[in-house]
Amino acid sequence: MLINHPLLGPRDASEFIYKGDAALIHRPDPTAPDAQEVFIDYGYLRDNPAGAHRELWFHEQGDRSWLVVTRDTVTHEITEVELARDVARREGRSK
Amino acid sequence: MSQVNRLNGGLIDQSRSISFRFDDRWMKGHPGDTLASALLANGVRLMGRSFKYHRPRGPLTAGSEEPNAIVELRDGARQEPNTRATTAELFDGLTARSQNRWPSLAFDALSINDRLSSFFAAGFYYKTFMWPAAFWEKLYEPMIRRAAGLGSLSLKADPDNYDKGYLHCDVLIIGAGPAGLAAALTAGEAGLSVILADEDSLAGGRLNAESFAMGQQAGHAWAAETAARLAAMPNVRLMTRTTVLGAFDHGIYGALERVSDHLAVPAEGKPRQILWRIYSRRAILAGGATERPIVFENNDRPGIMLASAMRAYANRWAATPAQEIAVFTNNDDGHRTAADLTAKGVLVAAVIDTRPDAPKGQGYEVIAGGTITNTSGRLGLAQVEVTDAKGNRRQIKCGALGVSGGWNPNVSLTCHQRGRPAWDVDIHAFVPGGTLPEGMVVAGAANGVFSTHAALHAGAEAAVGIAADLGHTAPSPDLPEAEDAPVAITPFWHVSGAKRAWVDQQNDVTAKDIKLAHQENFTSVEHLKRYTTLGMATDQGKTSNMAGLAIMAEVAGKSIPEVGTTMFRPPYTPTAIGAFAGRSRGTDFRPIRKTPSHFWAEEQGAEFVEVGMWLRAQWFPRAGETHWRESVDREVLQTRRSVGVCDVTTLGKIDVQGSDAAEFLNAIYCNGFAKLAVGRTRYGLMLREDGIAMDDGTAGRLAEDHFVVTTTTANAVGVYRHMEFVRQCLYPDMDVQLISTTEAWAQFAVAGPRSRELLRKIVDPEFDMTNEGFPFMACGEITVCGGLRARLFRISFSGELAYEIAVPTRYGDAMIRRLMEAGREFDVVPYGTEALGVMRIEKGHAAGNELNGTTTALNLGMDRMVSTKKDSIGAVLSRREGLNEPDALRLVGLRPVSPDKPVPAGAHLMTKGSAVDAAHDQGYVTSACYSPNLGHQIGLAFLKSGHERMGEILRLVSPLTGIDHEVEVVSAHFVDPEGDRLRA
Repeated sequence: MLINHPLLGPRDASEFIYKGDAALIHRPDPTAPDAQEVFIDYGYLRDNPAGAHRELWFHEQGDRSWLVVTRDTVTHEITEVELARDVARREGRSK
Repeated sequence: MSQVNRLNGGLIDQSRSISFRFDDRWMKGHPGDTLASALLANGVRLMGRSFKYHRPRGPLTAGSEEPNAIVELRDGARQEPNTRATTAELFDGLTARSQNRWPSLAFDALSINDRLSSFFAAGFYYKTFMWPAAFWEKLYEPMIRRAAGLGSLSLKADPDNYDKGYLHCDVLIIGAGPAGLAAALTAGEAGLSVILADEDSLAGGRLNAESFAMGQQAGHAWAAETAARLAAMPNVRLMTRTTVLGAFDHGIYGALERVSDHLAVPAEGKPRQILWRIYSRRAILAGGATERPIVFENNDRPGIMLASAMRAYANRWAATPAQEIAVFTNNDDGHRTAADLTAKGVLVAAVIDTRPDAPKGQGYEVIAGGTITNTSGRLGLAQVEVTDAKGNRRQIKCGALGVSGGWNPNVSLTCHQRGRPAWDVDIHAFVPGGTLPEGMVVAGAANGVFSTHAALHAGAEAAVGIAADLGHTAPSPDLPEAEDAPVAITPFWHVSGAKRAWVDQQNDVTAKDIKLAHQENFTSVEHLKRYTTLGMATDQGKTSNMAGLAIMAEVAGKSIPEVGTTMFRPPYTPTAIGAFAGRSRGTDFRPIRKTPSHFWAEEQGAEFVEVGMWLRAQWFPRAGETHWRESVDREVLQTRRSVGVCDVTTLGKIDVQGSDAAEFLNAIYCNGFAKLAVGRTRYGLMLREDGIAMDDGTAGRLAEDHFVVTTTTANAVGVYRHMEFVRQCLYPDMDVQLISTTEAWAQFAVAGPRSRELLRKIVDPEFDMTNEGFPFMACGEITVCGGLRARLFRISFSGELAYEIAVPTRYGDAMIRRLMEAGREFDVVPYGTEALGVMRIEKGHAAGNELNGTTTALNLGMDRMVSTKKDSIGAVLSRREGLNEPDALRLVGLRPVSPDKPVPAGAHLMTKGSAVDAAHDQGYVTSACYSPNLGHQIGLAFLKSGHERMGEILRLVSPLTGIDHEVEVVSAHFVDPEGDRLRA
C-alpha cells in the first residue's frame, strides 16, 4: 500500500506502524461521573466497518508523524490522509 | 549422433554443443535449449513419475505451466528440487535427476500404486487413515510422505545471495509477446518510463514459438529487433527472466528476476535472484494465454503434450518428441501444429478433430468428428486408438500426440485483488472480469484477443490510452502486418466413458475423481479443489482447472460460469523462500546494534547476549573461571564491595523539551512530575490506557523546560511511539517536542561504595560531588576529563551508591577505558547483564519480567504512586474494580526453606496442603537468581494478597520440571531494605 503523507508525499506502508481506529483521538473526560464506563468503551469497543475506516498510522521509519488515514477496508482505497495533530485540533483537542 | 529428434533451424545455437546429465546419462544440447527441449532432442520423453500413482510422465507443456516434467536440478548445496525442466535453461555441465521414483525412472517399484488405483480415489487418505488416530503422526503420514514426495532438499546452506530491489515506473508491462512489445514501443516513444517484464529469457512470447510472419520478417526476428529497440531507449527497462508474481495494492507489483539461474554459478558479485517491488502508476497485463488439454483415456503417456508446446519445441528449439506424430484438437489452432511439424519434416500421421466440420488437411489426414478413446505404449506413447464419427475404432501409430482444447487467457494477475473472471461465450474461456487491480488494463491474449494482429493493436491502444491519462501524447506506432485468424472452436472437454483419464496430471486427479467428489457432495468449486487436490501444487492447475470445472459443471447440470473458478493468489509461479528472505538470513537476519563499549568488551573476552537488536556484554569471564556463575558472582560481590561499571546505553533515552514538558510528563507517567526540581531525577511508572503497567524508568529535569526520560531497553521504541501519540493526538497544543537520543549518548552505570571516588577522578573538579552537593536522585549537565560535555545522574538499579554517566556516543569507547584505568586503585570491575539482573533482584526492583503486560501498579506494589490529584494515561481504568480485588497479586520475595533448593522463574505457588491445579494457584515466580550475598537462590513473585503473607511457607511447584518444595514469603528487598547505601 501507498500512503500519501501530507508533508512527504506517497510513502510505502512498510514505513508505518498501524495503531487502529482514529476514534482513539477522542480520549474521554476523566472527571466525568461515568468515566470508568466511557473509558472502557474508549479502550475496548471498536467499529469494524467493511468500507471507509478512519485510522491512525505512525510514520515510524520517517518523520514520526501520526496520520489519520481514511481507508476502505474492502478495497484498500485511501481517500484522505491528514496529520493527526490537525485532526485532533479540529475535533476539539488542545492541551 | 545421439540427438535423434533434433530438427533443423530454431532459435538455438546449433553450431555449439554443451553437455548435461539427466540421471546417469550425459547428453548433448545447444545454447538456447531448455532441459526439456534438449531431452526431447535426445529422444527422452520420460522425465518423471507422477505424484500418487507413480505413472511415467513426460512434459505436457513448454513453459512455466508444466505439471509433469519436474526434476531436481544441480548438485551439492545448489541442489534444487521440483524445478520445471521446461523452463530450466541449459548450461554446460547442468545436472538433473528425476524425482519420485525408486530405484529408477524406468523401473519404479511404487508404480504398483497405479495397479491399486481403485483404492486411491479422491479422499482416499481421509477415508483410510482415520483410525487409530495415534497412527497418523507416527505411521501413516511418514509412509504417505515417502511414497508421494516430490524432490528432496540438499539440507545444506544455499551458497548464493538473493537480493531485493525497488523500482518505480509510469507503466509496467507484464509480458513481452506481441501485445506487450507493441505497448512498450508505444509507451516508450511517448516518453513514459516503462518496465517491460517477461518470465522468458527471450522477448517475443508466442512469436518465438510460431512460424508467423510479421510484415516482411519472421515473427521472432521482429520480436528480437523490437526488443533491441526498446533496450536502447533510456526510459525503458526490459527485464527478461522476470516473472511478475503478484498484483498488490495501489499499483505495486512483486516480480522475481532470475539473474543467474541459467548459469552454473552466479557471476562474481551477482545474486542468484532478485525480488523486485515495482511501484507503477499504470500497468498493462499482456500475459498471453495457456493452451488447455482434452481429457481422454490414458492421456498422460510421455509423448502426449499440448499442441502448442509441440509447435514451440519444433519452431523455437528444433526438437520433436517423435518422428511420427498425431494431433487431437477441437479448434483450428491444432491444425497449425500439424502444418508446422510437417514443414519441419516430421511425419503427421493424422489430425483427429472432434468437429464434424473440421477443415481439410494440408498434406496430412484429418479425421473429422473423431476422438481418441485410448492410448498405449510402455514408458511412452506408441499408438492411439481413434474412434471416428461413425463409431469405428482404429489404431494409429505415433510417438507423440499434440492436444489442443482451446486457449485460456492468463487472468491470474487480474484476480489478485478483487477481480473474478467472466465467461466469454465466443472463445469458451474465462476472461478478466470484475474489479481489476488499480491502474491495470489487459491487452492481447490475456484479454481473450487471440490473433497476433489484434494483440499488437490492443497493446498499442492500451499504451496510447495510458499515455494520454498521464499527460503524454503517444504517436501510433508503425505496426507490421500480422496473422489475424478468427477463433474457431467447438468446446470439447473430455471423451466420455474413460476410466483412467487425467484432468490434473500433477496431482493425479482423474475425471472419475471429480465425479466422485460431486457424488459425495463436494459441490462448491473450492471444496472440489481441496477434496481432490485439483489445481494444487507447483502448477496451480494452469492446464487442468478448466477441464475440471467443465466436468464438474457437466455432472452438476450447471454451466461453467455457474460453477465458477477458484481464487487466484500470488505467486504466479513457485518462488524460492530464499528470494523472500533476501539478505536477511543467518547473522544478517536483522541489524545488530553494538554498544559504545562493544569493542572494548570484546577485548576483555566478554560473552554477549542479544537484547532486542542490541548485543550486550552478559558477563566478563576471567582466566580460571569455568562456569558463568563464577564470573557473575564475582562481578556482583566486587561491585557491592568496591565499584563496578556496566554499559547501560541500550536503555531508551527520550529528550523532552518545551514549556509544557512537565505537564506532558504528568500525562505520561502515573506519578507526578510537575513539581520536580531542576537538577533532580524521579522514578516514573507509565501505564497503558487500560490501566496495565507499560514501562518504567527515570526522568531527570535538566532545566525548567528540559527533561531526559529513560525507558527499558526492550520498550524504547514503543514508549517513544506512545509518547508521540499522546503529544500529537491527545494534546496537540502542548508546547513540547520529543526526540530519541538513545544512540546519541553512551551511558555507563558506575555502582558501588567507591563509585564516588572513581567518578571524582573523571568529573571535572569544579563540579561538587559530595553527598550534599550531588545527593541521591540528583542530575546535571557537567564536563568530564577536562571539558567534555557529559550528563550525570545519581540513580541506582543495583541498590548501591551509584551513578549513571553519559557522554556523546563517540566518546563511549574512550570513557569505558578511562573508567577502568582510573578505577584500578579502587578494584573496579566491569559487569554484564547477568550481574545487573542479580543485583536488581537482590534489591527487589521490577524489570521486564514483572512489567510483563499483565500487571498493574497495584501488583507491583506501586498503587500509591498513581496520583489522584491529576489525570494521567491509564489512571481511570487502573481504578477498575477487577484490577483492585482484595486478593490481587502483589510483588513479594521468595526464599527457599532449604537453602540448597532452586527458585525457578515460571514455577507456581500453592498453599500448603492444597491441590496443585489452576483453581488453587496462588501466584508465580517472575525473576530468580542465585544471590552470592545471601548464599542461596532468591526469587521475585506475584502472590495473591502477598503483602499480607510475609513469613508464610508456601509450596513452590513446577510439574514440568519436577520442582516441589517449600519457600518462605519475604520482602522483595533482600539487600539494604532501608536504602542506606543509596544515600551514602
